[in-house]
Amino acid sequence: MEAGLDVPGGNRLREALRLVIVGHVDHGKSTLVGRLFHDTGSLPDGKLEAIRAMCERRGMPFEWAFLMDAFQAERDQGITIDTAQIWFRTPKREYVVIDAPGHREFVKNMITGAASAEAALVMIDAGQGVQQQSRLHGFLLNLLGIRQIAVVVNKMDMVDYSADRFENIRATYAAFLAGIGVAGEQYIPVSARDGDNIVHRSRAMNWYRGPTIVEALDGFRPAPRPTELPLRFPVQDVYKFDNRRILAGRIETGRIGVGDRLLFSPSNKTAIVATIETWNRPGPMVEANAGQSIGITLDHQLFIERGEVASREDHAPIESNVFRGRLFWLGHTPLTAGSQYQLKIGTRETPVTVQQVERVFDPDDLSARLGDAVPRHGVADVILRTMALLAVDEARFLPRTGRFVLTDGHNIVAGGLVSMEGYPDQRDLITKRSSNLHSVEHRVSAVARAVRNGHGGGVLWFTGLSGAGKSTLAMAVEQELFRRGYHVYVLDGDNVRQGLNANLGFSPDDRAENIRRVGQVAALFAQAGLIAITAFISPYRADRQRAREAARELFHEVYVEADLMTCEERDPKGLYKKARSGEIADFTGVSAPYEAPDSPELTVDTQRQAVDDCVGEIVAYVERHFAAGKGKDIQKP
Amino acid sequence: MDHLDQLESQSVYILREAFNRIERLAMLWSLGKDSNVMVWLARKAFFGRVPFPVMHIDTGKKFPAMYAFRERYAKAWDLNLIVEDCPGVEAVDPTLPTNARSAARKTLGLRDAIAKHKFTGIIAGIRRDEESVRAKERVFSPRGDTGQWDFRDQPPEFWDHFNSDLPAGTHLRVHPLLHWTELDIWRYVRREGIPVVDLYFAKNGMRYRSLGDQDITFPVPSQAATLDEVITELEGTRTPERAGRAMDRETEDAFERLRAAGYM
Repeated sequence: MEAGLDVPGGNRLREALRLVIVGHVDHGKSTLVGRLFHDTGSLPDGKLEAIRAMCERRGMPFEWAFLMDAFQAERDQGITIDTAQIWFRTPKREYVVIDAPGHREFVKNMITGAASAEAALVMIDAGQGVQQQSRLHGFLLNLLGIRQIAVVVNKMDMVDYSADRFENIRATYAAFLAGIGVAGEQYIPVSARDGDNIVHRSRAMNWYRGPTIVEALDGFRPAPRPTELPLRFPVQDVYKFDNRRILAGRIETGRIGVGDRLLFSPSNKTAIVATIETWNRPGPMVEANAGQSIGITLDHQLFIERGEVASREDHAPIESNVFRGRLFWLGHTPLTAGSQYQLKIGTRETPVTVQQVERVFDPDDLSARLGDAVPRHGVADVILRTMALLAVDEARFLPRTGRFVLTDGHNIVAGGLVSMEGYPDQRDLITKRSSNLHSVEHRVSAVARAVRNGHGGGVLWFTGLSGAGKSTLAMAVEQELFRRGYHVYVLDGDNVRQGLNANLGFSPDDRAENIRRVGQVAALFAQAGLIAITAFISPYRADRQRAREAARELFHEVYVEADLMTCEERDPKGLYKKARSGEIADFTGVSAPYEAPDSPELTVDTQRQAVDDCVGEIVAYVERHFAAGKGKDIQKP
Repeated sequence: MDHLDQLESQSVYILREAFNRIERLAMLWSLGKDSNVMVWLARKAFFGRVPFPVMHIDTGKKFPAMYAFRERYAKAWDLNLIVEDCPGVEAVDPTLPTNARSAARKTLGLRDAIAKHKFTGIIAGIRRDEESVRAKERVFSPRGDTGQWDFRDQPPEFWDHFNSDLPAGTHLRVHPLLHWTELDIWRYVRREGIPVVDLYFAKNGMRYRSLGDQDITFPVPSQAATLDEVITELEGTRTPERAGRAMDRETEDAFERLRAAGYM
């Protein structure tokens, strides 16, 4: 026979409530579990006899804890090394019990076990009273977000079932929990060994009027599904198995429906949900909710990677590269300022630096004090800073996307909660006007400017592959328009990158920012009455759409068309060659997508037409639309 | 979302994490009900295809019906099937009890297959409720260079942040069914219409509840001849699932020793 428990796998009927049992070592967690199983009639056949036989073989009195302590090492040392999970049921419902070790060295296992629980029992030995681990576990439960707690004062038989002793422990622990912001917990005096107040009411403690353990358990509620919270859909992967481009992930909060406009953070791109993809499911899916692992396709192709978070535009996550975290530290060496780790939040992973250790909580009484090093199993408030912008949430509002872990080498060394107190949402700094700025009305109208200049202002936004002829055409068009009396200026990629955008590289984020700035500057030129010609590949529709929104009706998209083969043959700057050899990464057309315009205002075909013909076409377009009094951008006074 | 939806969603999440994070990944397919569910879940996760090899570590002693099942569904499901043999029983630790020695051949077969294909991740269909030693497993469980499991010092794992970063020479076991029970498996088989071998259904008052090698797996008394009857039977039983697996109970720690050495 073996020890431990073969769960009666046959009798789970409904969803089980996940319950963790924590507390100081030897305060009776495993004994309580054994007793709960026995008294609720959940033990499989033969198990009681097996435990009895094992105890006899070892020459020791009957020990309920053997039910949980399945490992040889645990049986011999009499402590629980790891978490284990087993199932039992009361007449009301079923439970998964996660037995969490109380030995100090095993805090990581306690956290592993407790992190997924919906409710907790904290065991306190009536004789020993509140111990260090009792406090730490209470603190960690709170940090892990477990709000339903019952405190079990065990071994009441060892203190003569004293109501005073119980009250004394209750008052001590309640004061501690209140100090860390926990309230509403229940206190239950029991003797787990004898079964007092587990299922059956204790005769020896008739002074106690509160619930038995089973009554308290049955009073817990399953965690509500966070469907009503703002949408958070962290992208787990992007699949291109066939012609579909599927964004896969799990909805952490909220819901997604076909036709919804999604905002992706931190890239700040938007798109509309085209489909929710399924397999072996009757009928198409039009909506999915929190908790579901799904795949979606979008109405247009975006460059989205694992780690992006989709939300609605009006309840977006916070964007920041610095935040405060309250964390528990599991590393072998102390956590100090300046250390670097890998941060994992949702599906995002990025290097992070500990900028500052703000407060360290005393391991004995968990009072906060100033400190600069966090010992193993310590809890602290730290400031974390990343290079890249992150999409984060306040843990107190959205715990699932507001919590993170740190890894060092091959292991998780910390878990923590995000607090943004005192840190601005950087999305506002980057993408929106600050709310205390108001636009001022110009006293010179667009019409007045057009009348003086002889033409209206506008943006000619050239887009096309590298080598399609954008720069060549832009310079030729500028020259010809200038000759004809137009106020015109070309914003060219290489030139702009030497000044305005000198701080930007070629990452997808930097490219998007490059285009955003050019769009804004071009819009300003247009409003000033000039014709701004831009010559950027600008491969993404979303980026061009943003430029269009900046210049609004003054925006004219010109598609400079030539196919990839032609452009690659021209290769005026030798870039395709470098891209093919891998020297340049993410090169449009080779290793990154080009999204051709849907309905550009004008298309010129440089593959079939000579440069002069193309220039003529563009100039004719300008003459039609920009000459004073004629253009769509000129309003009649 | 009902209970089965939640289980499915969690398994899909785990499989997608494994596919994204692990370079050289394979799924073990023992041809039993659990691994059939696992293959099915992979098809759910990846929209109809299994984007990594599916490996059968063949002791050569499975039931004929299981081999027929393998050939049929490897084709029907368009699996990239790898079949690897196991070394003879003489290669196994001689201090193990007889039946456990026979089972341990699979450990060696798996070890050799991992080395041969240079796999860095192996997806296995174990469940916490099967056996108390398995109850302690992590979802992403690191293994030493010979496949051994150090249950005394397992890495922390919480909030679905799985450890996927490993030293060279080691590999990960990924357990997408860890949170399922035997009854969940059968209910899901029924809901999705997943095929299983007939041996699970009673003939002449006996059926197999768990399928291993022919010589160390025994049928249990049962009248459950259909899926519905199997589910009804399990809703009332208090007999452990692996009661028909001789290797588990020869000595108190036989299964623990098998697992510590790398058994699935």
